[in-house]
Amino acid sequence: MNRLMVTGEEVRSARKIPSTLSQLRSKSLWTNALRLIPIYSLMILLAFFFVLPFVFMVVGSLKPSAKVLAEGNSWQAFIPTEITFENYGEAFRRASFGQLFINSVIITSLTVTGGMIVNSLFGYALARFVFPGKRFLIGTIVALIIIPLEAYAIPMLFMMAQINWTDTYQSQILPFIANPFYIYLFYTFFLNLPKDLEEAAEIDGAGAWTTFLRIAVPLSQPAYATVAILSFLASWNQLLWPILMTRGPGVRPLPLGIAEFQTQQPINWGAIMAFATMMTLPTLLVFLIFQNAFIRGIARSGLKG
Amino acid sequence: MALLAKSRSYRNRHQRDAWGFLIVGAVLLLVFLVVPFLLAVGMSFTSQRLLSPLPTRFLGTENYERTLGDPDFIQALGNNVRFALLVVPLQTGLALLLAILVNQSLPGVKLFRVIYFMPLTMAMAAAATIWKLLYVPDTGFINGVLGWLTAGAVQPNWLRDQSVALLAVMIVGIWQSTGFQMVIFLAGLQDIPVDLYEASGIDGAGKWKQFRYITLPGLRNTLIFIITVTTIFAFRLFDTVYIMTKGGPLGSTDTMLLRMFTVGFNQLQIGRGSAVAVIFFLFVLVISLAQRFWLRQEGERA
Repeated sequence: MNRLMVTGEEVRSARKIPSTLSQLRSKSLWTNALRLIPIYSLMILLAFFFVLPFVFMVVGSLKPSAKVLAEGNSWQAFIPTEITFENYGEAFRRASFGQLFINSVIITSLTVTGGMIVNSLFGYALARFVFPGKRFLIGTIVALIIIPLEAYAIPMLFMMAQINWTDTYQSQILPFIANPFYIYLFYTFFLNLPKDLEEAAEIDGAGAWTTFLRIAVPLSQPAYATVAILSFLASWNQLLWPILMTRGPGVRPLPLGIAEFQTQQPINWGAIMAFATMMTLPTLLVFLIFQNAFIRGIARSGLKG
Repeated sequence: MALLAKSRSYRNRHQRDAWGFLIVGAVLLLVFLVVPFLLAVGMSFTSQRLLSPLPTRFLGTENYERTLGDPDFIQALGNNVRFALLVVPLQTGLALLLAILVNQSLPGVKLFRVIYFMPLTMAMAAAATIWKLLYVPDTGFINGVLGWLTAGAVQPNWLRDQSVALLAVMIVGIWQSTGFQMVIFLAGLQDIPVDLYEASGIDGAGKWKQFRYITLPGLRNTLIFIITVTTIFAFRLFDTVYIMTKGGPLGSTDTMLLRMFTVGFNQLQIGRGSAVAVIFFLFVLVISLAQRFWLRQEGERA
């Protein structure tokens, strides 16, 4: 450790007050306010870059379709100059938004819940049980993390065609339940969980399943939240696989729906914006409500490797 | 003796339990990952088609030779490389800047963190669609702003002009996923002990020196992770180009995965599509191994 030398007392006293705030109080308010102007200007400018497409989408969805294009090149693109809900109706009528939404909900909810169960069981077995071939299995899981879906999508399409599973829900759910990266996340989480309670339960005669369900699962909410968020995003946003798997709107999910809708003549930009808004809303709401869990979940994917 | 017997029964029970816990995941991984991946390697040496009355033949390396000799594929690969070379440094730099900005203890900083992260909640398919409209040459917002700033001099036809179409796709990629990197950086920043900054501050180190000698070394592993993940992402480029350009104009936004899709799906040539998939995988493998090697170096030095 090449730490710079300070006494413990200095560190402790300095740590109590965040440095910027302490500066704010000790120095004159004016010089500090002046110093903060460039920082806030930069943050606001960047915020515009990230937030304007959202505003454009929501405002566009509420405007008569003709105005979406006509007012697109001025500040009016972000002002609801005239409000109508016609576009939302159009998205349901012309792009069968309702059916696509139900499809996405079915596919995503089953993939996420199935994945949480299967991957946590697998990770728990790797972390807690002693059995032959365990080291090999851990090595295999770590190696499998590297293989992206795209590397085997084409032969998997061939397999699905052989068993007549194209255009079904199960072909969009089953392949994405077991996931080596989520297994690895659960495995490392359970490894770092203190064993004492589980051992006490086993001594009291509880079986492995009871111990897992009653003790390990309730203590592992962060791991489950992380996997739920990551697999929700992956499943809800999936585009390539549904293109290969589905032929019509019957079992098609939302991302492919919008890809098709935005080429469907005559192009109705207002309705496309309404589609995009309704498609984004669930994720956005989940994020805004569970901000901290969401961001922590994403940060945890940095464990990879 | 009793202890030994007890530990043996404990062991047997463990083995039985392990089976129960592992079986479903193991079968799913085998059927939907290991087998199709091995099939990709196997079929890449054959003339396998999705639907064909002709029997499948073993072709040796013909699929690979034809893929690597195909100018369309080389152009697509070049686009992936170009995308990586530009987006990796730009996006990593921007994400680090955002992370440092929102890591300050200033009022309102939490709101900015939420805003920078928001694009991640929009599916790439939806984001690409919105941006397609922002890029419309005559009435799109981007040209509206450019026209106002340059008095109408700069008005590129974004998605139809070979020289800027890939740039347009890059901007959407950066918009959508910088928030992800920011969050990873944020976690990395918060792992750096606060004392290091305070101590160096007492020693009179300026902001830049602190960044250079404390922040950057402290973020080493985070940086390695982000650089490799973003590079892999550049090679996986598909959703945005599929929606915005379908690889055009004249192949200027074509990518390896779009080639795989065209050959393997549109033309139903499973064998040749698998060869493209294997070549794609080799790129991902090299990047991932580089990451693991790079991280291990650190471990040895420490």
